[in-house]
Amino acid sequence: MNSTPRTQAIRVVPHRRHGRSAMADSFFRGITRLAALLVLALMAGILLVLLVQAWPAFHRFGWHFFSGTQWDPVTDQFSALASIFGTLVTSLIAMIIAVPVSFGIALFITELAPAWLRRPVSTAIELLAAIPSIIYGMWGLFVFAPVFSEYAQPWITDHIGNWPLVGVLFQGPPMGIGIFTAGLILAIMVIPFISAVMRDVFDLVPTVLKESAYGVGCTTWEVVWNVVLPYTRVGVVGGIMLGLGRALGETMAVTFIIGNSHDISRSLFMPGNTISSTLANEFTEAVGPIYTSSLIALGLILFFITFVVLGLAKLLLLRMGTREGRKS
Amino acid sequence: MRKPSPTKTHAISLEVPARSAGGKSVIENPKLSINQLNFYYGRFQALRDINMDIAERQVTAFIGPSGCGKSTLLRTLNRIYGLYPDQRATGAIMLDGRNILDRDQDLNYLRAKIGMVFQKPTPFPMSVFENIAFGVRLYERLSRMKMQERVEWALRKAALWEEVNDKLHQGGTRLSGGQQQRLCIARAIAVKPEILLLDEPASALDPLSTLKIEELIAELKTDYTIVIVTHNMQQAARVSDYTAFMYLGSLVEYADTSTLFTNPARKQTEDYITGRYG
Amino acid sequence: MAFSARYLRRRLLNGFNLGVSVLATLFGLFWLGWLMWTLVSRGLQWIGPSLFTQSTPPPAAAGGGIANAIVGSLLITLVGVVVGTPIGILAATWLAEFGRHSRIAAVIRFVNDILLSAPSIVIGVFVYAVVVARFGHFSGWSGGLALSIIMLPVVLRTTEDMLILVPDQLREAAAALGAPQWRVVVTVVYRASLGGILTGVMLGIARISGETAPLLFTALNNQFWSSDMNRPMANLPVMIFQFAMSPYDNWQHLAWAAALLITLAILALSLIARILIRANAFVK
Repeated sequence: MNSTPRTQAIRVVPHRRHGRSAMADSFFRGITRLAALLVLALMAGILLVLLVQAWPAFHRFGWHFFSGTQWDPVTDQFSALASIFGTLVTSLIAMIIAVPVSFGIALFITELAPAWLRRPVSTAIELLAAIPSIIYGMWGLFVFAPVFSEYAQPWITDHIGNWPLVGVLFQGPPMGIGIFTAGLILAIMVIPFISAVMRDVFDLVPTVLKESAYGVGCTTWEVVWNVVLPYTRVGVVGGIMLGLGRALGETMAVTFIIGNSHDISRSLFMPGNTISSTLANEFTEAVGPIYTSSLIALGLILFFITFVVLGLAKLLLLRMGTREGRKS
Repeated sequence: MRKPSPTKTHAISLEVPARSAGGKSVIENPKLSINQLNFYYGRFQALRDINMDIAERQVTAFIGPSGCGKSTLLRTLNRIYGLYPDQRATGAIMLDGRNILDRDQDLNYLRAKIGMVFQKPTPFPMSVFENIAFGVRLYERLSRMKMQERVEWALRKAALWEEVNDKLHQGGTRLSGGQQQRLCIARAIAVKPEILLLDEPASALDPLSTLKIEELIAELKTDYTIVIVTHNMQQAARVSDYTAFMYLGSLVEYADTSTLFTNPARKQTEDYITGRYG
Repeated sequence: MAFSARYLRRRLLNGFNLGVSVLATLFGLFWLGWLMWTLVSRGLQWIGPSLFTQSTPPPAAAGGGIANAIVGSLLITLVGVVVGTPIGILAATWLAEFGRHSRIAAVIRFVNDILLSAPSIVIGVFVYAVVVARFGHFSGWSGGLALSIIMLPVVLRTTEDMLILVPDQLREAAAALGAPQWRVVVTVVYRASLGGILTGVMLGIARISGETAPLLFTALNNQFWSSDMNRPMANLPVMIFQFAMSPYDNWQHLAWAAALLITLAILALSLIARILIRANAFVK
């Protein structure tokens, strides 16, 4: 039998070893669990603090806070509709532009591009995401807006501005800034996120599935529309929601270019406000408790909107996943 | 417990060799004694009433078709199943007079005494030297020179020293599959366990490496009690002294290897060995 | 073989849609090109050694640089990384090693995803209410805290993904040697996923260094050399915001130079991180 020192060592100190490593294990387990619970505490803290700070405004204005459009620091009358409207509309414009474009990019990268082109194009599109949002804002205000107001806007106002239903959206003086421009810039910022997710899930489609469609004589487009998209529906929706969440919360790019106006106008070419741009522009200058409280109330509303969008996305993904079985 | 069938005559036939009515074990001084072991994955019962003695410093093989519970049985012996909350065992496994299934059995201490090598080689993301030193450091404090000696000793025992003595500080993952597996064996031996559990150690390896490992097992049994799970019957026949045939969670037959393979007592065993089912 | 009208229509639709996808890609690349071109054409000329050695000048004055903003940003980012990373890694460790399939782990992951996509300006407002309002003044510390709240979910998510990738067999092999669980995690699992974790940290740093909104109400900005973390601290993003919106030429020039600088730094960091991810993928 082995008569080595080690065996003897084991026989001598089994209990102490047991105690020491058990203690270390509990400590490690405890500290990691604490960190994990901290995440929950943080979320709860944020919600609580915002709620408490926003309460004076809610209390003072009641439901009118959500439906009114006046924002008057002088008389201390605040209501959120203009900001909420701006947030939702700019994000909507961003989605309308970004989703098809992202789809096109993902389609190009996964189905059309030759192998040597794939990596560079993907990386280039991802670089759009790495550019800080303040750069988008500066570029939007100083470079894009003048060009847009001089060349594109008059043309659009003249031609589309006269169309029956849609026309009214595109009327107004060619200032370059405004809701539409903000939406467009948001779209550009959001495209890399959505297209990256779409590209990733498109790649997950098993080749055999696509080959069987080609084998029946489908064109590339038909394979994508009838096989790839349905298969990846879950991931695509997730990516779109991700992009939407980003668009809703984006601050700096929008602040430069939205024009900081608390009016709701029917034209997209007019200035407006989003919740985040209102906060960025006015928070440090807010005087008086009601002003500050109203601004924080706006922040809470934005947080809530993002929360709802993300929550819906998760629920949707969960249900899609269970209904169709494990797809992606 | 069944009696041997009257149509077959043999000198020593052990069906379930643990005990006759008198309770005397046929294997003298077993290293491990398994009594009424039952094992569950959640609600599913994977092992039924296993009774078996494992002989000291011999090679015992568990064979059987997929899903028969041989790996499960092996993994009860060092309670590695304890890492997973919904797996549990009832019964007793006696090692040196203590039931290792006891609640207050120190698991880390147990696993230092009972080493395990897995089906897929699992080198740690460290150098070859560190891989082996890792286990030793858990329980011993050795000087640098003593550690180097121990590492060399373990690598020699695992028939790997010649091939890696100039690469001791390279990553363990850079070795070939067969070398990685021998590294894992060296790692298990380095802590000087009393028992070695091998879970299909050669199934992921090429025939040459397999041969090396089988030679290794033959050598190692002079110092260690070895239990090996294998789906390769010929390997069991080559390598082991005792063989247990399992089927659907039950121990069907347990005998010394030559008897089990040349003169099995149960028809089920015979059918499996002759390849009537896999 | 005669091509039916239907077949031709399908072919046309295919060609059209594929053509549109090419246009979409060009569309995306077009904006990237325009943005980078703007940055370079407007910022490159103002980059010089004085940029790194001098602090921000008063309006309409000659000379000056952005040294104070660079240093301030580094300090604030450092605080953000030092506070957010360990908590993120530890929390991810709990999720991956101890509570992986538990109900509460699912809740924590969900909450983490919300925090990941939460508007950063709201985080700024939160830290303002909790720290700045409480202590009565803006500070570099509060800016760092806001950035750490943004960093935490990024690190948590990537670390958890990396830890889960480590095969269970590796953990079993270490446990089978008699290692206690904490040893298994710290010595084997962490080491196996180190590359991935570091990459996640790098991506987090790239993300927080460009964030302006959370600093607007916490660290604010400082015209002068500021190394006192208890006071408003100069930092690149807010400085760019203030200077770009100002009517002064010299300030605007500095804003563009700083914009180019910060963009290049973040792009470099992101690229390196992505290269590391791909290299790691091959090793595993």
